[in-house]
Amino acid sequence: MTLGSFLLRKTAVAILTMLTVSFLIFLAFEVNVADVAVKVLGQYSTPDQRTAWLAENGYYDPFVIRYLRWLGGFVTGDWGLSTFFRVPITSIVFPRLGASALLAGGALLVIVVFGLGLGILAGMRAGSLLDRVISVFSVITTSIPDFASAVFLSGIFVFWLGLLPGASTMISGFSLRELILPVLVLGLYSMGYLARITRASMVEVMGTHYIRTARLKGANPARIVLRHAMRNALITPVTVIMLQLPWLLSGVIVIEVFYAYKGFGSLLYDAALNQDIYLVEACAMVSVLVVVLSQILSDLIYGWLNPRISLGAKA
Amino acid sequence: MKILLPYLKKPLVVIGVALSGGWLLVAFLAPILAPYDPLETLQPLARPMATGADGQLFVLGTDMLGRDILSRLIWGARTVVIYSTLATLTAYAFGMLFGLIAGYMGGRIDAALSFAANVVLSFPVLVLYIVIIVLIGASPLNIVIAVTFSSAPAIFRIVRGITMDVASRDYVAAAITQGESTWRILLVDILPNTTGPLAVDFCLRLGYTAITIGTLGFLGLGLPPPTPDWGGMVNEGRAMAIAFPHLVIFPCIAISSLTLGLSLLADGLREVNEAKERQA
Repeated sequence: MTLGSFLLRKTAVAILTMLTVSFLIFLAFEVNVADVAVKVLGQYSTPDQRTAWLAENGYYDPFVIRYLRWLGGFVTGDWGLSTFFRVPITSIVFPRLGASALLAGGALLVIVVFGLGLGILAGMRAGSLLDRVISVFSVITTSIPDFASAVFLSGIFVFWLGLLPGASTMISGFSLRELILPVLVLGLYSMGYLARITRASMVEVMGTHYIRTARLKGANPARIVLRHAMRNALITPVTVIMLQLPWLLSGVIVIEVFYAYKGFGSLLYDAALNQDIYLVEACAMVSVLVVVLSQILSDLIYGWLNPRISLGAKA
Repeated sequence: MKILLPYLKKPLVVIGVALSGGWLLVAFLAPILAPYDPLETLQPLARPMATGADGQLFVLGTDMLGRDILSRLIWGARTVVIYSTLATLTAYAFGMLFGLIAGYMGGRIDAALSFAANVVLSFPVLVLYIVIIVLIGASPLNIVIAVTFSSAPAIFRIVRGITMDVASRDYVAAAITQGESTWRILLVDILPNTTGPLAVDFCLRLGYTAITIGTLGFLGLGLPPPTPDWGGMVNEGRAMAIAFPHLVIFPCIAISSLTLGLSLLADGLREVNEAKERQA
């Protein structure tokens, strides 16, 4: 299958998924018109106000019409007003998304460095003491809920050692110091999975004939790992990195709430707590879009790294 | 006992069993173990090991409403064990049912069910929880519903894969030739063969669910107060954590030790499963 037709098919599936998701989201939040009025106008609005508002905003039109109008607005960038922040939704979602991308990007760096590094180290000699120590370390970091590791790490670095700030509000401008703890907590929580995949892949490659041949030839062990083993061992892990994005999006919510970081996650959280349904809808759509795009990207990277596999072929 | 022997030789598995089994026991014995009523106001913000005015000992201190933290942790174990298990089991019931059907029937049914699963899985988990909780509100039942909704598709995928594999075996063909009903084939011939890999997944998922319930509690979207809930305790104590670290440290240790125990247990099960396969 050529790259073009592969991309075309993946994009078609992605669009179908997005359409289904958008329909479900709209159905869930806006099928009950009376509910929408209460949430937008507040509990203390009078019934008259509500009916007037509903009529004015076309809520008495058929459901399908309303959905198509909403979807059209979404596609063309008209996402409506946030009832809580009282500003157009697009004007807050994108800056917040950027802030979260910074956080997630830093975490991704931690994940790549630690996950790949520890995975390679552990997989080089399976069953060694180093391997076991690394395995235990990655099980521990992945098993502890992110809000708990945030408490532990803040306890150590903020209250005990006094090295880092305990919040990441960025009130007085951008601060790298404020970013360290959130990035570290987010990265550590997600790196265990990558470390495990990398280790397994490394162990497999280290057992292959060509590595044994290189060993028997007396090649330098470092050279074997760096030049021969890593190239093939990293195909799967690199693909998996992209699939970490959905996890990071979940983690971002908890970490941003914990450190009072003004990003996409805390935006969704505020929207949820304040019943700001238009903002929740927009945030949900954006998160699903990020996941869907990261899946396509991950498939592409896989095909690019591994020319033996024809794109889209079944196992 | 002989079956259990290979599991117990691994120290990590023993730790896993001890941690998760320990919390299970605590959950069962909560009324006996807890020194005080977890909802009763005794003395606000006592430090760990402090003695109260009436000579009570607060081993882990008390919270801002004067409730004994140790008692709340012990009762909280019951909360997390009950709801994690219930939610995971419900998710399994749905995931397995649809997985068996999709894997065995194939064709359009499979395509439709798989697409539905993919749609749900395209939400980041926590976003999905938040959306569901915003829609239906935070209550014990709704948390079970939210977990089921988001976990079942992943279980569905695993069961579907195994079912497709098992369904191609000769003994299933034999059962079909014998004229066994589809339900009988699914439940008697195929289902028992899916249990090995699922046992590992079940332990892991139980841990994820415990993390989820904790996280929802931490976000203030979990079980409504005053239910003793570890994540909720962290959320309530967070504002005063600088002056009174015991408010958040102990619930965090509790949930971390439980989820770590479940992960180690799952790891041990997987290793032993793999060793068995290599022998066979």
